Amino acid sequence: MKGKAHKFGDHVDTDQIIPAAYLVTTDPKELAIHCMETPDPDFMKRVKDGDVMIAGIDFGCGSSREHAPIAIMGAGVSCVIAKSFARIFFRNSINLGLPVLESPEAADAIEQGDEIDVDLATGTIRNLTTEQTFTAKPFEPFMMDIIEAGGLVEYTKKKLAAKAAS
Amino acid sequence: MGMTLAEKILAAKCGKKEVSPGDLINAKVDLVMANDITAPIAIRQFEKLGVKDVFDKSRVVFVPSHFMPPRDIATAEQGKVMREFAHKMGIVWYELGQAGIEHILLPWKGHVVPGDLYCGADSHTPTCGALGAFSCGMGSTDIAVAMATGEVWMKVPATMRLIYHGKMQNWTRSKDLILHTIGEIGTDGATYMAMQFEGEALKDMSMDARFTMTNMAAEAGGKTGLMIPDEVTIEYVTPRAQHEWTVYKPDPDAVYEKTFEFDASTIEPTVAMPYSPGNTKTISEVAKENIEIDQVFIGSCTNARMEDLREAAEIMRGRMIAPNIRCIVIPATQDIFKEALKEGLIQVFTDSGCQVSAATCGPCLGGHYGVLAEGERCVSTSNRNFPGRMGHPKAEAYLVNPPVAAAAAIAGRIVHPDEVAR
Repeated sequence: MKGKAHKFGDHVDTDQIIPAAYLVTTDPKELAIHCMETPDPDFMKRVKDGDVMIAGIDFGCGSSREHAPIAIMGAGVSCVIAKSFARIFFRNSINLGLPVLESPEAADAIEQGDEIDVDLATGTIRNLTTEQTFTAKPFEPFMMDIIEAGGLVEYTKKKLAAKAAS
Repeated sequence: MGMTLAEKILAAKCGKKEVSPGDLINAKVDLVMANDITAPIAIRQFEKLGVKDVFDKSRVVFVPSHFMPPRDIATAEQGKVMREFAHKMGIVWYELGQAGIEHILLPWKGHVVPGDLYCGADSHTPTCGALGAFSCGMGSTDIAVAMATGEVWMKVPATMRLIYHGKMQNWTRSKDLILHTIGEIGTDGATYMAMQFEGEALKDMSMDARFTMTNMAAEAGGKTGLMIPDEVTIEYVTPRAQHEWTVYKPDPDAVYEKTFEFDASTIEPTVAMPYSPGNTKTISEVAKENIEIDQVFIGSCTNARMEDLREAAEIMRGRMIAPNIRCIVIPATQDIFKEALKEGLIQVFTDSGCQVSAATCGPCLGGHYGVLAEGERCVSTSNRNFPGRMGHPKAEAYLVNPPVAAAAAIAGRIVHPDEVAR
């Protein structure tokens, strides 16, 4: 996946990713209209399909709303790279199949607008603008299984089918 | 090796003798919950699974709490989706008029008991950990899978032990212990960890007060907050338990990732300033800043139980709130509303010029019933004050305990309760 970087700070909570007032739909495109409008009112005007979000520590803290990763996916973002993630946001993202990579070095070095290339299988993050390369913390095999299945629903469906067949 | 309270419960739920931090487990859940914001996604995901029934109708609860009663057509549609699903599936459903905020309603109704593994699609689910349960917030997809299979995947968290020595003084409440703690350890201080609260200061606390502390484990990033069951817990649970319960206690040789010790007698009423629950100051410091306010909110899953309402009413009794101030009081559940009515607290609030509303999360998340405009300041007994949390991104929320909130309503600015209650 390849795209431009959109950089945010530390402790971006889910109220900032998508304010509660707009949690009245489950449609990714409708939710995306208000994605990140609190920290960056122009985000939705600039973001293009495949772009990458860069954030500081504790990204996605606060409410458990799955609308947060759904809105980010609806905005066309292909991947989020942060110094660290809040627990429920991280879990929700894996469950939905949104790649979330932890790399403090990449999050520090990448600047707004840099061209980023991410290889999920190896966790390699390449900054094409500065020609720097970073490696994200690898996913646990179990989480990789969920991501490869396309999310927790598909993963569970397979498990249930296997159980029924045995 | 000894186990912490969290490890004891999780070991039992995955059928193992012992678990350690970092272990990936598949655990059986005792209760699954979703609300009107999270249920619609959970339902959609559940339907994709192709499963006909939930794992146990008596162990899946839907509560309409956040935007209810519906504030507009879109939220009415969300209510309809969850109501129809609940009726079709035959799961536990609380209709408006019998419902309220889930984190206060469910333990009150006995759906969560000591030793449970309870997963809810709401970040404040750790509240019920005060009963000695492993009570954990998750997203809608996790809840959909738990509804279908009765199981969740989980990584066993390391435990952070928090010990509160001494006794709380004067106007200090459980809210101040947890605000002070978040100020000390940071809003990501307990990320991925179970927070085990204990110590002398907790012994005399009612369940009402205890729930306030575990509620805000979420604001420190905790996976859950727990307390060790004692006589107070047993007395609370016995008349209401809806299923069998087990009291687990941590082993004396349990291993803790981190231990923090506090002297509760020195913790002052604490204010979380905008825009983070970890941005704390003492009430003495804040009172000097002479911060004028527009609104006071007494409510939310953090502080809208009987004890909270009694304390706020005690300060307001016989006094009018300051001119040009709005004070919104929202008892957490219909049962609490009824009890407050019987005790005359609703009379006190309304006589003082407060608006009292039916049970809902309401303004806490900027939903309805008191959303803030640009630049407005609100003193709130709720749990979060992020930018935009209660309304406009440039509105400000100050998080406090109920007596401090009531005193602010009377004074029209943030003051030490002594200034009003003297």
